[in-house]
Amino acid sequence: MGAAGTAADPRHELASRARWRGLEAAFWLAALSPFLLFPSHLQLASQIAITALFALSLDLLLGYAGIVSLGHAAFFGVGAYAAGLLAKGGWGEPLSGLAVAGAAAGLAGYAASFIVARVRHLALIMVTLGLGLLVHEAANKAHWLTGGADGLQGVRMWPLLGRFRFDLYGYTAYGYSLVVLALAFLVVRRLVHSPFGLSLRGIRENPVRMPALGAPSRSHIRKAYAIAAVLAGIAGALLAQTTETVSLATLDFQRSAEVLVILILGGAGRLYGSLVGAVIFLVARDQFSGLNPQYWYFWLGALLVLVVMVLPNGVLGGLARLADARPSSGGRPAPSPGGRGIVGRLARLAPSRRDRTS
Amino acid sequence: MRRIVIGLGSLAVLLAVASADAQPPVKIGLIMPYSGQFADTATQMDNAIKLYVKRKGDTVAGRKLEFIRRDTGGVAPDVAKRLAQELIVRDQVDILAGFVLTPNALAAGDVSAEAKKLMVVMNAATSIITTKSPYLVRTSVTTPQLNESFGAWAFRSGTRKLYSMVSDFGPAHDAEGAFQRAFKEAGGEVVGSVRFPVANPDFSAFVQRAKDLNPEAIYIWVPGGVQPAAIGKTLAERGIDPKKTRILGQGELTEEEALRSMGDAGLGIITVYHYDYNHDSAMNREFVKAYHEASGRNPNIYSIGGYDGMHLIYEALKKTGGKTDGDALVAAAKGMQWESPRGPVAIDPETRDIIQTVYIRRVEKVGGQLRNVEFDKVENVKDPVKARSKP
Amino acid sequence: MLVPVVGVLFDGFAYGMLLFLLSVGLSVTLGMMNFVNLAHCSFAMLGGYVMITLTQTLGWPFLAALPAAFAAAAAASVLLERALYRRLYRASDLDQCLLTIGIVFMSVAAAAYVYGTTQQPIETPPYLRGAVTWLGLRLGVYRLFLIATALAITLVLVLALEYTRFGAQVRAAVDNQRMARGLGIDVDRRFAITFALGSGLAGLGGALAIEMVGLDPVFAFTYLVYVLIVVSVGGLGSIGGSFAAATLLGVSDVAGKYYVPELGAFLIYLVMVGLLMWRPAGLFGRR
Repeated sequence: MGAAGTAADPRHELASRARWRGLEAAFWLAALSPFLLFPSHLQLASQIAITALFALSLDLLLGYAGIVSLGHAAFFGVGAYAAGLLAKGGWGEPLSGLAVAGAAAGLAGYAASFIVARVRHLALIMVTLGLGLLVHEAANKAHWLTGGADGLQGVRMWPLLGRFRFDLYGYTAYGYSLVVLALAFLVVRRLVHSPFGLSLRGIRENPVRMPALGAPSRSHIRKAYAIAAVLAGIAGALLAQTTETVSLATLDFQRSAEVLVILILGGAGRLYGSLVGAVIFLVARDQFSGLNPQYWYFWLGALLVLVVMVLPNGVLGGLARLADARPSSGGRPAPSPGGRGIVGRLARLAPSRRDRTS
Repeated sequence: MRRIVIGLGSLAVLLAVASADAQPPVKIGLIMPYSGQFADTATQMDNAIKLYVKRKGDTVAGRKLEFIRRDTGGVAPDVAKRLAQELIVRDQVDILAGFVLTPNALAAGDVSAEAKKLMVVMNAATSIITTKSPYLVRTSVTTPQLNESFGAWAFRSGTRKLYSMVSDFGPAHDAEGAFQRAFKEAGGEVVGSVRFPVANPDFSAFVQRAKDLNPEAIYIWVPGGVQPAAIGKTLAERGIDPKKTRILGQGELTEEEALRSMGDAGLGIITVYHYDYNHDSAMNREFVKAYHEASGRNPNIYSIGGYDGMHLIYEALKKTGGKTDGDALVAAAKGMQWESPRGPVAIDPETRDIIQTVYIRRVEKVGGQLRNVEFDKVENVKDPVKARSKP
Repeated sequence: MLVPVVGVLFDGFAYGMLLFLLSVGLSVTLGMMNFVNLAHCSFAMLGGYVMITLTQTLGWPFLAALPAAFAAAAAASVLLERALYRRLYRASDLDQCLLTIGIVFMSVAAAAYVYGTTQQPIETPPYLRGAVTWLGLRLGVYRLFLIATALAITLVLVLALEYTRFGAQVRAAVDNQRMARGLGIDVDRRFAITFALGSGLAGLGGALAIEMVGLDPVFAFTYLVYVLIVVSVGGLGSIGGSFAAATLLGVSDVAGKYYVPELGAFLIYLVMVGLLMWRPAGLFGRR
C-alpha cells in the first residue's frame, strides 16, 4: 500500500499514520460511558475490555505478522494462573501481580516461539493448536498446583492502589481493565507504527523476500510472539484478579477459537478491529443468551455468517470497502483511501490488511 | 387549577397505597449450563423445576415466583460469577439456584456470601462447596457421601482386592479417593489403578491392562454423557464379564441412556447412587409419571436435585412468611426434613448439606428392559468429609 | 505380552479408520481449493443424526441407512456450497474460517433443538454385535466391519483417482490449480463434486461413529480437532496421507495408552507436533 512515485520520507509516512484521529478520541470517550449509562453492566464491560486486550494481542500476531495461532489461550491461562497463584500465596497486590503474570507468559511465549517460528501455513496453525492442547493437559495433570478441574481456590485480591476494593458492582474491575487496555493499546499502536511493525507486515506479505532484504525474520517473529504472549498473559491476569477465580477454562481450545473468531469478526490487522470485535461478539452473546439460554448459539452463528457475507474482512474491513466503493468526484478514486466520510475515517483508524489475492 | 393538583395528588397517593399492598414477586436466578457439552443436565434440572412449579402453583406465601435463566455454557467460573453478580445487581434476584458444575458453584458462592443471598445448589457434588458461603444450601449429593458408603459396602459384601480405573480429573479423583479410603479402612486391598484422559479416551488399552491383571473387582468412574456406554461396550469386547468380575461404579455408569446404548453388556454392573427413576415408592411412581407426561422423559439425578431444591425454596419461604432476607431463609432451611421421591432427606443444620439414603443397585433385566434395581442401602448418610473435619 | 497388545492395536486401527473416513474429505477439498471448511464435522454430525432417525424412528435396517446418511450429508453440502460457499472461494482464509464456524454454531444449536441435548443410543443389528475369537485374539465384530468398510472405500477412492478421467482432473487441480484451469478443466465444477463426495464420506463416518464413540450435539466441535490433526499430519490433498496419518494416530494413541498410560492425552499432541516439525507439509503433502 505504498505511495507509488512519491519519494516520501519513511519516517514521515510512519509518523503521519501514527497521528491520532478524532474518531479514536471519540471511541475512548465512549468507552467511559458504561460508568454513567450502564452501571449495572460494569462486570460485562470489564470482561469485554479483558477480551479486547486478549484479541489485541492476537492481532499483533495474526493481523500484522500473519501468524495464525489456534493456541493463544495458553498464554492467557499462564498469566491467569500466575496472578492467581501469587494471590493465593498471600501477595494480593494487583499491579505487581500483572507484572509477574506478563513476565511468566512472555517467557512461555518466547520459549514456544522457537518451535513456532520454524513452521508456516497449516503446520503453523496445527503446531500452535498442539502446544495449546498440551499446556491444557499439563495444567489438568498438575492439579496439585492449579486446582485441576475445580479451579484455583483462595484467590483474594487486595484493594487496587490501596484504596479501590474489587466490589460487587464492578466499578473497580472495569476501571482497572479499561486503563490496562488503554495502556496496552498505546504500546501496540506505537509498535505497529514503528519500523519493527513494518517489518512484521513485510513478513506477513512476503516471507521469502524479507530475509533477502536483510531483515531477521525469525528473530522478529520470535519477538512478536513473545510480546503477544506478554499481553495475553496480562489479559489473563486481569480476569483472574477481577473475578478472583481461575479455572482450566482459561486455557482451553474453546477460548483460543473464540478469540480468533472475535478478531476476524472485527477485522484483523486494524487495531480497533480487536476492540470492535470483542464488543460486538460479547454483547451479542450476552443478549442472545439472555433471550434464549438454550439455543442462542444459533443466532450467534447466524450473525457470524451474516457479517462474512455482507462485510468481508471483518466489520472494520467491510466498512472500509463500503467507503471505498462510494462514488466520489466523477468516478476517480478519492485522494485518501476510503474517502473522507465517517466510514472511511473509521476504517483508517489503523493501516489496513490487504485482501488475499488468489 | 387547584382542583387538578388536588386530583392528581390524591391519585398519586392512591397509587402509592395500592402498590404498597401488592407484594413484589420473589425473583429466583437460575444459573446452569443450558448450552454446550453439559446441556442435557440443565434440560433435566429445568424440567423438574418447571414441573414443581406447575404442580404447586407459582405463588408462595402470598408472593409470586419469577424465574430468570442464565446460561454459563459449561465450565466457566468467571462467567458464572459475573452472571450471579448481574442477577443480584441488575435483576435484583432474591435467591440464586441451579449450579450443575463445581467450579461455577464455587465462584458463585463468593457472590452469595458477599450479597447475603440464599443459594441453592441443585447438583454440584464436591464436598467443599457448602463452605463457600453461609447462605449456601445443597439438595443434591456429595461425591464422598456416595463413594465412602460404597467402599465400605464393597468390603462388607465380600470384595477383598480391587483394580481402579477412573478419569484423570478432579471429580474422578475425589470419587476414587473416597471409595479407596473407606475400602482400605475396612481392610480391602487395591491391586492397581489407571487413569484415562478426560476427552477421547479409547478405553480398549486401559481395559486390556485391567484384564491382564485379572482382578476380582474393578472400580470405574467416568463422567456422564457418551463415555459410560463406550466403556461398557469395551468391557464386553475385551471379554470382561460383569457376572464374573465385579464391576463397581458410580451411578452415571449405568444411567438410562448409557444402558440403552450398552445393551446386555451392562447386566450385572453394580452402582451406587442417591436416586433412580425405578425407585420403588408410591411418591416416586407418581413423580415419574408426572415428569414423563410433562417432558417425555424419565427423571434422573439432575431432575431430583432440581425438584427437591424447589421444595426447599417453597418451604423456606412459607416458614419465613415470604421474607427473602438471606439470614431468614437459611435459618428456615437448616434442619428441614421431608419425604422426597428419592426417599427421606434432610438438611444438616451444621453444614447446610443434604442428608439422605444412598442406594446400591445392580443392572437387571426387568420386563425386557435394563434397569437399575436397588438391592441394598445405607441410610442417613451425611457428608463424611465435613463430618470428619469437625473437632 | 504380545497377544493382548495385538488386540489393542486392532482396536486402535479401527479407531484410525474411523478418523480416516471423517477426515479424507476435508484433506482433498482443502488441497484442491484451499477452502477452509471448518464445518466439515457438521456434515459428519448430520450423517449421524440421519442414521438415528432412519434406524430408530423409522425402523430402517442398519445397512440400508448407511448409504442414506452418505447421501444426506452430500446433499446438504451441495446446498450449502451453492448458497454460501461459492461466494467465498476468492475470500481470505479468515473469512472462510468465520463463515464455517458460524455454520458449526448453527448446526450444533439446530441439532440440540431437534434431537435434544442427550446422547443418542443406537441399536446395531445383532450380527454386528459382540466379538469373534481368531487365533486367540478377541476382535470386536463392529470394529471388523468398520475396518472392512473403510478399506473398501479407500480402494474405491484410490482406483477412482488413478484410473478415471475425473480422478485425473482432480489430481491435476490439486497439483496446480492455475495450470489445470489453463488446460480448460472446470475446476469449480470438479470441486463441487469432490466437496459433495468428501462431505458424504464424513456423513458416513459420523453414522458409523455412533456405535463406537457416541453422538451428541457437540460432536461437530469435538471431532474437528482430531480431523484437523489427521489432515495436517497426512498432508493436504492426499488420500494416502490421510490413511497413513489416521492409522498412525489411532494406533500410536492406543499403544501409548496401553504402555504408558500416564502420558495419556499428551501422546497424540506430541506426535502431531513432532511430525509437523519434521515434515511441515505432512507425511505425503506437496507444498
